[in-house]
Amino acid sequence: MLKMEHVYKTFFPGTINEKKALVDLNLELEDGDFVTMIGGNGAGKSTTLNAVAGVWPVDKGRILIDGIDVTHQPEHKRARYIGRVFQDPMLGTAGGMMIEENLDIASRRGEFPGLRWSMSEEKHEKFYRMLKELDLGLEDRMTSKVGVLSGGQRQALTLLMATLRKPKLLLLDEHTAALDPKTAEKVLGLTRTIVERDALTTLMITHNMRDALRFGNRLIMMHEGRILIDVRGGEKQKLTIRDLLAMFEKASGGEGDVSDKMLLG
Amino acid sequence: MLNLAVSTVAQGLLWAILALGVYVTFRVLDLADLTCEGSFPLGAATAAAFLAGGHSIATAVLAAAVAGMLAGAVTGLLTTKMKIPALLAGILTMIALYSVNLRIMGKANLSLLGVPTVFVKIQGLTGLNHTYTTLVAGLAAVLAVGFLMYWFFGTEIGAAIRATGFNQQMIRAQGVNTDMTVILGLVISNCLIALSGAMIAQNNGFADVGMGVGTIVIGLASVIIGEVLFGTRSFSNCMVSVVLGSVAYRIVIAVVLQLGMPPNDLKLFTSILVALALAMPMIQAKFKGRKVSR
Repeated sequence: MLKMEHVYKTFFPGTINEKKALVDLNLELEDGDFVTMIGGNGAGKSTTLNAVAGVWPVDKGRILIDGIDVTHQPEHKRARYIGRVFQDPMLGTAGGMMIEENLDIASRRGEFPGLRWSMSEEKHEKFYRMLKELDLGLEDRMTSKVGVLSGGQRQALTLLMATLRKPKLLLLDEHTAALDPKTAEKVLGLTRTIVERDALTTLMITHNMRDALRFGNRLIMMHEGRILIDVRGGEKQKLTIRDLLAMFEKASGGEGDVSDKMLLG
Repeated sequence: MLNLAVSTVAQGLLWAILALGVYVTFRVLDLADLTCEGSFPLGAATAAAFLAGGHSIATAVLAAAVAGMLAGAVTGLLTTKMKIPALLAGILTMIALYSVNLRIMGKANLSLLGVPTVFVKIQGLTGLNHTYTTLVAGLAAVLAVGFLMYWFFGTEIGAAIRATGFNQQMIRAQGVNTDMTVILGLVISNCLIALSGAMIAQNNGFADVGMGVGTIVIGLASVIIGEVLFGTRSFSNCMVSVVLGSVAYRIVIAVVLQLGMPPNDLKLFTSILVALALAMPMIQAKFKGRKVSR
């Protein structure tokens, strides 16, 4: 579903701040893969997601989504294939607009906006049913501005928006990192439900090793702009945090540092 | 006295179209667009030149609207495609328009004396005096513009423009080209501002190359006064607030002039008013902070 071939990205090239963020990155996601991605700060996790989403052009390499070469497509063009949830709950929604307006925009993801009146009774009912399924009480506040919602509610709404139109690819960039543990658990549960229900090909960054092991059918660890560890299926099921640390030590030649944050989240 | 009151309200309505234009950039798109200072006299100059050249009122007003749209498009292209900060892009267009406006009029001031403006026409049809004519025309223009705007910003593309102002990242992730929405917002804003200029020129009986000075501050004053006095609950509420804010601003000006403030101090007064209003949240926070720390 997703194919990244020899992708390179360097930030601030030729300056003292030069940062090789992605180095010859190769990654292939099968249809229906639910991949969790871990790695220390600056390992290239978010950079990988942003490269796929087209936030900026990559320096070298090719990116294909479902066989379509999107390497040179701008961010808004790729949006038709991709649903995204960001770490910052503020980023995924328009805070000054109503819940139903946000959902309406998401229901047309990738379409060119036309001159049709955007809201209708029919849509209102459709969104009502969807919000009721979320079970967060949002269905009775559809005309409230999103800005008055809590971080967890906003992330749940963003998740719903990202998957309202089934995306070929769902990108989750530490989408529960800014939430309290209880809310994070709820949003993660919701993520699992939606991903399994729609069989979505998903790439989820987390800094929590336990979550990385609990979720998905495949685990990728990044280090210095490369993929260090890639385990899947039955092998992943048997994996423990101790195994991961040992693999990381071995693969990175013992010079990598595993922060407490990465361990405990 | 009654005549003065009616005249004040009527002026407020004509200027409300400018205020709605400023609202589109300042609040909806969340950027300060100084193109306003050039597109307002551009609308005036274009309408005046067409009317003086013997064209119909409809042609003149339409030409002014199109000219305003072009001015907005220039600023939009400069800020999106050329990555020039919006404030600077607006200044560049504004300065350029000074020359353009002189070219359009052929001189610094173009009189419409004896030219059948929209107000002369209405006066002829209804027999109302100049003040009431202005009121009727202003009201009709504001209603027409208001309904069009309300409809447009409720459509899919209108919603996309509003979302752009709140969160560009979000609307791009939803597949909308934010360059397009920013340009479109600037086009609409400056179209309204030029329309306002076209109406004011006809009402004054002349277009002047210097009539744009301070229009952005007048627009901001109207937006802010309106929001404070009449609320911001919904988009339609905001629009009504801005229109009433424009009228309220004219009333404030009329009152201070009646109280004896020299007209030359008007722009100083308006700027202080807007600066105070914009600083209000800061001042309130300071005040609250001090109370807490005690």
